[in-house]
Formats: sequence, C-alpha cells, structure tokens
Amino acid sequence: MFKKILIANRGEIACRVIRSAQKMGIATVAVYSDADARSPHVEMADEAVHIGPPPAAESYLLADKIIQACKDTGAEAVHPGYGFLSERESFAKVLAEEGIAFIGPPPNAIAAMGDKIESKKLAKKAGVSVVPGHVGEIDDTEHAVKISGEIGYPVMMKASAGGGGKGMRLAWNEKDVREGFEATKREGLASFGDDRVFIEKFIEQPRHIEIQILGDQHGNIVYLGERECSIQRRHQKVVEEAPSPFVDEEMRKAMGEQAVALAAAVDYHSAGTVELIVGADKSFYFLEMNTRLQVEHPVTENITGVDLVEQMIRVAAGEKLPFTQKDIALNGWSVENRVYAEDPYRGFLPSIGRLVRYSPPEEGAGVRVDDGVMEGGEVSMFYDPMIAKLITYAETREAAIDLQIDALDRFELEGLGHNLDFLSALMQHPRFRSGEITTNFIAEEYPDGFEGAPADAELLKRLSAVAAFAATAHSDRARRVSGQLDGPLRPPADWVVEIDGAAHEVHVDLEDVSVDEEATGLSMAYAPGDRIVEAEFDGAPLTVKIKAGRYGFMLTARGASHVVRVLPKRIAHLAQHMIEKEPPDLSKYLLCPMPGLITALHVGEGDKVEAGQPLAVVEAMKMENILRAEKAGIVSKVEAAEGDSLAADDVILEFE
Amino acid sequence: MSNIEALDLLENKREQARMGGGQKRIDGQHAKGKLTARERLQVLFDEDSFEELDMFVEHNCVDFDMQEQIVPGDGVVTGSGTINGRLVYAYSQDFTVFGGSLSERHAEKICKVMDTAMKVGAPVIGLNDSGGARIQEGVASLGGYAEVFQRNVLASGVVPQLSLIMGPCAGGAVYSPAMTDFIFMVKDSSYMFVTGPDVVKTVTNEVVTQEELGGAVTHTTKSGVADVAFENDLEALMAARDFIDYLPASNREDPPERPTADAWDREEPSLDTLIPASAAMPYDMHELIRKTVDEGDFFEIQPAHAGNIIIGFGRIEGRTVGIVANQPTVLAGCLDIAASKKGGRFVRFCDAFEIPIVTFVDVPGFLPGVGQEHNGIIKHGAKLLFAYAEATVPKITVITRKAYGGAYDVMASKHLRGDLNYAWPTAEIAVMGAKGAVEIIFRKDAGDPDKIAAKTKEYEDRFANPFVAASKGFIDEVIMPHSTRKRIALGLRKLRNKQLENPWKKHDNIPL
Repeated sequence: MFKKILIANRGEIACRVIRSAQKMGIATVAVYSDADARSPHVEMADEAVHIGPPPAAESYLLADKIIQACKDTGAEAVHPGYGFLSERESFAKVLAEEGIAFIGPPPNAIAAMGDKIESKKLAKKAGVSVVPGHVGEIDDTEHAVKISGEIGYPVMMKASAGGGGKGMRLAWNEKDVREGFEATKREGLASFGDDRVFIEKFIEQPRHIEIQILGDQHGNIVYLGERECSIQRRHQKVVEEAPSPFVDEEMRKAMGEQAVALAAAVDYHSAGTVELIVGADKSFYFLEMNTRLQVEHPVTENITGVDLVEQMIRVAAGEKLPFTQKDIALNGWSVENRVYAEDPYRGFLPSIGRLVRYSPPEEGAGVRVDDGVMEGGEVSMFYDPMIAKLITYAETREAAIDLQIDALDRFELEGLGHNLDFLSALMQHPRFRSGEITTNFIAEEYPDGFEGAPADAELLKRLSAVAAFAATAHSDRARRVSGQLDGPLRPPADWVVEIDGAAHEVHVDLEDVSVDEEATGLSMAYAPGDRIVEAEFDGAPLTVKIKAGRYGFMLTARGASHVVRVLPKRIAHLAQHMIEKEPPDLSKYLLCPMPGLITALHVGEGDKVEAGQPLAVVEAMKMENILRAEKAGIVSKVEAAEGDSLAADDVILEFE
Repeated sequence: MSNIEALDLLENKREQARMGGGQKRIDGQHAKGKLTARERLQVLFDEDSFEELDMFVEHNCVDFDMQEQIVPGDGVVTGSGTINGRLVYAYSQDFTVFGGSLSERHAEKICKVMDTAMKVGAPVIGLNDSGGARIQEGVASLGGYAEVFQRNVLASGVVPQLSLIMGPCAGGAVYSPAMTDFIFMVKDSSYMFVTGPDVVKTVTNEVVTQEELGGAVTHTTKSGVADVAFENDLEALMAARDFIDYLPASNREDPPERPTADAWDREEPSLDTLIPASAAMPYDMHELIRKTVDEGDFFEIQPAHAGNIIIGFGRIEGRTVGIVANQPTVLAGCLDIAASKKGGRFVRFCDAFEIPIVTFVDVPGFLPGVGQEHNGIIKHGAKLLFAYAEATVPKITVITRKAYGGAYDVMASKHLRGDLNYAWPTAEIAVMGAKGAVEIIFRKDAGDPDKIAAKTKEYEDRFANPFVAASKGFIDEVIMPHSTRKRIALGLRKLRNKQLENPWKKHDNIPL
C-alpha cells in the first residue's frame, strides 16, 4: 500500500479523499493555488504544496506542477478528484511514465470514454443502446443546422470535451442552433481547450440515472447500483439519490450488466460511472461514461457501505476487490443536496464572496456533510460554485428526505447568495416526494423562478409564536437596563405579529404561547443574539434561523425567509396608518445580473430593441450569459462599456 | 361646582385637548401615513408612562382674530415618560393644530421640558412636525425659536438630544434639530430646508421637489444633515427607543448597562481571514464590527453618508461603546471632508457623554483632489484630529491593515492619548504605501523598474507590518484577529476607572 499520496484537487473532494487516506494510515499531500492558501484541504493534509496563481489553467490544470510536487514530497500516487486533471489521458500517461500511480482508470479507458464521439461508437459496438445523434465532427453553423434537421428537433449541442453542464445548449429550432452553435464552441474552447461540438437527439421527459461501477486491475468489475440525478437545472445536477425510485430489480440488473460490459470492453479499473438517459417507458440509452469519482458518490457509499475512495486507492495499489457482485446489497435510501453559491431568488445567478457565516448541520444520525470551506472562507470566481454537499441516509426515501428538510433548516450560511431555501423547497415538493421526476422537473415546476417555498397556515402560526417569544425575550432584556426610574418593568405579554401579509395576535406567558387564542404548545430557549432557535410545538421540532431587526425579525425555515413585524398589541393598531411603499420601478434599466465582465454590448444609445433581442453578454464563472430585452423599447443611455467589470445590479443600459 | 362636576370638567377639558385639531385633521394626518402627536408619544414611551404637562396652555395672540381660535395645548404635546424604564423628556408637535406652527406659548412649553430635563439630567427627544413660525404672532414666534435654540445649545453635552423629523421642518425651525445630537427622518413625509422649493425657484431658478431638496434620503445621503432615514413613523419611533437605550441620561451619569448572554471572550476564527490576500482588495469592515460587539447588534449612524467611515453604537459586555471605523469598500477607506466631519462630531458626542471609543483603522490616507483641497480638507480633516486628541474617554484602537501617513496619526493613534493601541499581524503602519515611498526615496532610479521593484519589496518587508511601530511603543500589542473582542472587552474593563483631564479652559477652539 502507498505510504503517501497527493491529491491533485481542491475543495470538498480534496478533503473527502484526505479523510479516507487518513483512515487508511496514508500520509497526504495537498496542492493549492494562491486563492486556496487558507483552505481547509491545505490544513487537513500532512503537507501542502503551492502550485500557482488562482486560475485553474495556471495551477490545478498544470500536470508538470503536480508531478513536481509528487517528486518533491515523495508522493507515490495521485488522486485527481473530479474535474481538473481527472479525465485527462495525457496526465495519467505522464504519471505512469514518471512511475507515479494514478488513482483512477487506465489512460486508454480515459481516452476512449473521455471523447463523447468516440465513446458513443464504443458503446454501440459493445451492444449498449445510444441516443440518436451525429457521430462525427461538425464543421460550422450551416453543417450544424443540417445535422440538426436530420436528427429532428429538439437537439442538444454539446462541447465534445464538456461536462458538468458547461458547454451545453439545447436547440428547439434552427434559430437556436444558429444562435448557440458558435457560443458552444467558444465555451468548449474556454473551459476545456477543445472546441469540437456534437449534436444529438434530445429526449423529452427523461430521467438521468447512472450506474456506479468499480473494477480492479485483475479483471473484476462490479456495479454498485444506480443513482438518480434527474433533479437538474440547466444540466447541472442539484439533487441526487440512491437508489432510484424508478428502477426495479430487473432494470437495475440490465443497466448494471451493460455498464459492466462497457467497462470491460476498455479494460476498466477503479471507480467509474455510466450515465444513462431513461425514458418514461423504462428504455435507457447510454449518455457517457465518467472515468472518475463522481460528485454524488456519497449516496452510493451510504446504501452499499463501500468507501469508494478507499477502494480506488486499494485498486490503484494493485489490490483485488474484497467483494464480488453477489456481495453487493443495497440498504436504505440516501439523498444528496448540492449547496451552491447561486441565488435562486435572482434567477439562480452565480454568486461569489466571503462566507461571513458558515455552519453546516452537525453530522451523525443520518446526516453527512462533505465540504471544503469554513467560516471566513471565500467562494471565488475561479472555481466551481458548489459550497458543500449535504447527504442524508435513512431506512426509507421519505425519511431521508425529511432528514434533509431538518438539516437544511440548521444550515447556516451568510455572505453570499445560496440555494438552501430552494433545496428545502424541492425536498418539500409533493411531486419530488412522489418520485415522479424528470430532468425537466425544475424547469416545469419553477417556470417563473423561485420565490421561496410556500408556507402553510400552520407554519406561519408557528413562526408567529417564535417571533413573539423572541420579541418578549428582547423586551424583557431591554427592561433590565440600569438607571431605571422604578423597578424593572415586565415585558408586554400581548403582541401582534405580521407575517406574509396577515396579522396574528400572540399571547406569551410562562405556560404557553397562543396564536389567535389557540395554544401552540411551544417550548423554546432564546437569548438575544442567538442565530438559530430550536423550537418544539407539542414535541414536534422546528428549527428556525432568526435575525433580529429594529422592528421585528427575519425568520428562515422550511425553505423561505419571512420578514416578521412584531409590535406590542397596545400600539399595533397604529400600523394600519403606515403606507406600504411600492419598490422603485427597475424595469427601465438593464441591470447586470451578477458580478462579471461585459464581453459584448450589442446596442447603442438611441437603438430600438425588440423583446427577446440580445443586448449584452456578461461572462461570469466562465459562462457567457446573454442578456435580452424584456420588452420592446428604445435605449436612452449606455452606462457600461465592453470590458467593464461590473457588480451585481450595476446599470448597463437605461431605456426611455 | 360640585366635586363630581369638577372632575368631569377636567375629564372634558382633557378630552378636548386630546382631540387636537379635530377628527378631520387627525384623519388627514393618518391619510398621509403620519401618526398624531399623541400617538407618536404612545409608541415612543413605555406603556402608560407618558405624563403630559401644560395640556391647557393656550396661545396669547389677539391679532387677526386669533383669540377666536384656541386649542388647548397650542400645537405641541410636552411631558416625560420612560423608555425601558429610564426617564426621558419629549415634546411632540401637533400638525393638526395650526399646522404645528410655533407660537410664543408653544415655544415656552418646549423650553419648560428642556429646562426640566437639564435640571434632572434626562435626554430630550423632539418630535418635529410643524409648518414653521406662527405668522400671526410675528416676532413673538421668532423669539420663541431663539429661546429654544439657546436651550439646545446649553443642553448640548449635558443631556442627549434627539430629533425626529416627522413632517415639515423649514426655515429657522431647522436650527433647533440642527443643534441636537442626532436627527432621524421619516422617508416621504418629512423634509428640512432653510428655504423651500418656491423660494429656490425664484432666486436661483432651480426647479426641485421638497423631497429632493430636503427629504430624508437627501439629508441622510448627500448633505449628512440627518443621521438615519426610516420608512415610516413606527419604524422611526421604535428605533428611537432602541437608540436611547445606548445613551447615558446625562453627562453626570455613566452609560447604561444591560445584561447579555454574549460571552466577553467569544473568539471569531473567521476574522483571521478577513483581510484579503491582496492589499488592493477591499473587505467589509461591518463584519469586524458585528463580530466584535455584543450579539452582533450595531446601531449605525449615517450609514448612507460618507460611507468611507463607519460610526455608531454597540455594546461590549452590555455597556455602550462608540465605534469608529474606516471602511475599505468605500473610497478605499480614505478620509475626506465628509468622513472627517462625520467622524469628528461622533467622537465629540462620545467624549461628552463618557462613552468609550473603539476605533478600527484601515486608512490609506486623506483623499487627494482639487475639490477636497479647495473645499477645505485641511480644516475639516482637522476636526477629526481635534476630536480624537481632546477626547478623555477610554480609547481603544485596532489597526487591521493600512495606517498610512497623517491619517494614521488622526485615527486615535497612541500619540493622541490612545489608551490601548492594538494591531493585527496584517497591519502596516507607515508614512505611505511602499510604492509611493520608494518612488520618492529612490527617485533617481525611476527609470529602472527592476530596481524599483526590488526596493519596493525591501520597503514592504521592512515596514508593511506592525512591528516597526510596536518596537517604538506606538502599538501596545500585536493581537490575533480572532481575539479582538476579548482584547477590547478586557481593555474596557481595565479602563473603567480611567481619569484624565484636559487643562482648564473656557472652551476649546475646534476648527469649524
């Protein structure tokens, strides 16, 4: 077994690999860019090597630097994590030449599967069904239009070397192909150094289900069940679970055996994932094979009890798999939520910044948190916007989902936009809970964006009780100030709480808190300054994040934040005279939706624009975002220029 | 008159007084989103604690048939009550009575509460909602204003004075709030100006709305005349309650103290990474402030004006402290005219009322510019310097990053009698940034970029740290960022009995 390994990655996956290595008694070496000098993976590892400036192309993607770091530290093997160098044949090859073990598949397998066009050909040959599409290179936009017409719309344009949602564009018609083909190429070039694009049939109402396989260097390959990753947004996975609510034993066996056959065809070893697209009729087609550890591997670990990272290390060291296919049993249900630095309240725009507060829920009792950040850390524009993975495990799907809801309520995250509320909303969504999901779930259920999970009357009642209880605590404390005229005053017992546009009368006394004269059975502890409240209503727990304002509280629970106004009852009637002010009209401005760089500005002052017309392009997180006119109008002022770096909400254009 | 009748008479008279200008005008007030004078006092004070005085005062004007129009109280409600149990005096102008206009008697009522507050040592809160002078009374009304002004001045530094502008406040009337310690305004329903839009139009031909000329937003962003803007009456009044909780009753008493569950020695590991890797990168100083004070509760003053300096009140171990901090996200935290005025006045308030001052420093210097120089940055910058230098309250300073040049001296440095001057390991105390310094010292090498780079590195290594200053005793201790709260709390405990007096003088001559 190796004595020391190097992890050629950052963030949560670097920490994840280090944990398994430490468990196995293997020393670890971290690498880091300038941006990660103070990151947890650097702290966790036994040694750390600086490899360059923040951009990945100048640090984490430099094979030479990684190899030099191995030599300098005496690391015998490299775990590449996911992304970066994990699926580069050249990297695996160079390592082999240098006599350093690659904790991953053989180079030829990476090469065969890494190219989406080549892998399709291979899959076809191995007898795996594939989605209709054009296998071969595409010359230009005209060629792309022709091919798309032959396949039949809708089609998907994908950067050949792409993955993880980058470099993919859906086209419903010829116009979409004409608009998007070149951009797809550019993104492929910018992100992966390869501008080849392929086009295939887009399957409607599809599910994304994938098979985890694991092989050793002695010809043994097993499949570890499936993961369902249908909850995606713009082809970026958001929620994953294992097993899939859609897959039965027979289907699992068929999918698993095909996946193993494909892996065997390329002499695969280590961990790998065969991604399949599954139709409503349970037909499944090969999408691609990921020749690396997947982000969502923990759900498989939970239901199989196999530590995938440990097995990858053992396989790389030449060990045989300690189990065969018949030993693999699936127990319980596991769900993973990806906590992203993106703001669902603002069209899921990427968000960067400092983690002013970061405190994930406590691990244990079915809750696992894989993260690589800490309070005071930074989510930078240079890397993936995933902050953490929240994984739950329980006997049943429903219980695992309920654990998620509770854990998300406990997840404290401030300083940048994040999707905690959205994840909670998904977990509570009846359709998600029913298991009737497709990859279009988010687009179908949230066509107009996200405005917080709906709160039912019971929840609002409970939040009102929490708010009044907290207000009483604040008032009680304020009335214990020094220098009073007489002895301490008692805090008010009767409050009027305004939440989501409705007012509730709340009475607080030592016995109970009642809302609109109904007992709530509330029991909670609160001291001013607390940020999380653990309340119980007749024994039913509710965790609430609380932020005190001058006029009430902001309460966050169950996937939404509620601005709650709390007034002593004796003056509450005066609130009726206050005029609710309309927020200012921003529709006459084009605002920069996220921090980013203006790479193109298509209009000038005095130009007439039509609804849907592209106005500007903002590049952020390596993605080109086309900003379109919401309605027809005339540009009256241009406030920004190409090449400007803008903050969110900076004005780009003003309309008449 | 029987005893019963006498009691009924009183009740009737009170009822009449409480109706102010009548139901129609009260409805008018409400329709504008404004509360009445008495409703405001009801919100401001603890339940049933407000005791009204001079309810039956009437004006003494007999011109223009004014004797026919008598409303008991004469357009202002005065008295005292408690805010969280502590005594506070207040007057509340009643816009429903003669438009809240100020008569001689109206002014006398205000003067009476101010005189009483001064005698007993309690804060005064003025709720302003007045059309201006009672024109019918002429010069008597002007005299009334001046009587109030005189008392504002005498009370300044003796009892805290807070003004809430909740309606019009125009002409000479503005000078009473102007001389109080703090001004809160209500958005869209209050305005302050010396001359209104009509006169402005006539004289300068400028067309401007009341809101643009002197609304809450204007005064809390552009002019800096007002301290905080609120959405409506309720928010302003609730905030005033919170605000008073920070302030001592008078200059004869210590700031109030209240219990807190927040541990004095709470550590904040995340502060160790607050300073970005690059010196050119800003960070939000609010985070340090919120993570330092009790419960993260910081009452910021003038948040929307001169954002390059942050001022406000917080508590450490339940006791009020005044916070002054440079803000790197605005103008890189440079001191300019507006910031110096804002900071200077706040420091003087804290000093007058024995509120310890905690200063967080990240200042690259004074803001350069023709505008700044021509508008008198020299005299205005001197205000902040003067204020810090004369302050005798406990002064604790933490330098987080840059403390360059004269601005280093200004920001509660050791030399200005700072009691505890701490620096984070990331502090750079120097006469200027390395680049600028090298360009001057090695001017002859200006054409040799390699040499300049080498010298810049050398300068950085030598001076871009707190240890040179610490070696001279200008920094008392270099502290870990995560221990900032603990250090400040401990320091304040030790400084509780600090005694320091300035030489006797009639008063100083701060550069105005």
